[in-house]
Amino acid sequence: MREIQAQQITDVVEKLCIEANQYLPEDVQGAIRRCRACEDWEIAQGVLDKIITNFEIAREENVPICQDTGMACVFLEIGQDVHIVGGDLSEAVDEGVRRGYDKGYLRKSVVKDPVRRGNTGDNTPAMLYTEIVPGEQIKVTVGPKGFGSENMSAIRMFKPSAGIEGIKDFILETVETAGPNPCPPMVVGVGIGGTFDKCALLAKKALMRSTDERNPDPYYADLEAEMLEKINKLGIGPQGFGGKTTALALNIETLPTHIAGMPCAVNINCHVTRHKTEVI
Amino acid sequence: MEKHIQLPLTEEVAKTLHAGDSVYLTGTIYTSRDAGHKRMCEALARGEELPFDPTDATIYYVGPTPAKPGQVIGSAGPTTSGRMDAYAPTMMSVGARGMIGKGARLPEVVEAMKKYHGVYFGAIGGAGALLAKCIKKCELIAYEDLGAEALRKLYVEDMPLVVIIDSEGKNLYEDGKAAYLASKK
Repeated sequence: MREIQAQQITDVVEKLCIEANQYLPEDVQGAIRRCRACEDWEIAQGVLDKIITNFEIAREENVPICQDTGMACVFLEIGQDVHIVGGDLSEAVDEGVRRGYDKGYLRKSVVKDPVRRGNTGDNTPAMLYTEIVPGEQIKVTVGPKGFGSENMSAIRMFKPSAGIEGIKDFILETVETAGPNPCPPMVVGVGIGGTFDKCALLAKKALMRSTDERNPDPYYADLEAEMLEKINKLGIGPQGFGGKTTALALNIETLPTHIAGMPCAVNINCHVTRHKTEVI
Repeated sequence: MEKHIQLPLTEEVAKTLHAGDSVYLTGTIYTSRDAGHKRMCEALARGEELPFDPTDATIYYVGPTPAKPGQVIGSAGPTTSGRMDAYAPTMMSVGARGMIGKGARLPEVVEAMKKYHGVYFGAIGGAGALLAKCIKKCELIAYEDLGAEALRKLYVEDMPLVVIIDSEGKNLYEDGKAAYLASKK
């Protein structure tokens, strides 16, 4: 049994909120640069050049890459031999978000009621996802999620008879409908299987995975490659102005599901796909 | 084509801009997004005046991050314009002409643009740190309680934009994609 102070979790969440918003992950930077090198459409080249300049300015001047500094999605993988002491876990995470968004000069983009609105003023609450895993560590991942892209996401409960073709069509349809809205080039997170809610979570988790990492199952790794190629033939291009670079990556996560179902969720992210992890 | 435009955006200038043009804007613009537009349209419905003169005005759909000490404004890229579609025709009906944002617009907005000679400019979504560089002055003018959504008056110099929909209704999102796909045939 290892004791971890709630305060430590607050400190790590605070730091990750700031860093995730200022430094684009290396894999996403690399993907954008590779796409720029392959892009042959003039207006698209110009847009990608400005996108690269933008994340370089953010990194050098310690300012947010994008003004939508998102809802703070916080993933905790908590070792089952950890005992959290000295405070309430959810409050510790929210306090980290509160401090990070204040000290980092990040935008407060959360309303306290979905219908009646009203800004909470400190970007809390965090969207907190906890998972109990073996071990005595806590892995903390903060993924600030903007809503220009979140709004273009979709879920569908397929009949199993729809098969893989049904899923392929749904992914393409979701990306095509999103068009210029989610700030392409996008990163596409796909969840297949599980239940209605778990499927959506899989799609979100897919966005937290490196864009360089393929699904370990060759069947799904091939599907990732095939769908990325198909998306990049739609012609939407960076910002929707036309071009080859519509998506930087497509990540698929799966779970077993019921004999009667085949859920599929598509969570869209923009070119500012942010996530940062630290282990306590 | 690359064009340098001095604001305000008159009808004469608006008519010279075409979908796909690369434009650098200089002058005064106003910021507003969801909550600010709702309030402005409610004020107009009550017969009240807007917090700024809408004649030939350009509105930037943006909710910036807070400025760090020494900064004019924080990161300030465009938000998705479609959420302002419910309000844009009303704003154009009282004289506002330019809109800066990103993403698709509804046909009724395009119809209003043709009627009132409006122009829809795209700024690069997600390039908030870069776009902040061309904002030289920032003054809060109304709705302070809305935080990032408050109304601000900005002075911009050579703000890099692309005309997405022009006053004739031509649309870069449709034409740009079609031209790219045609080039691959």
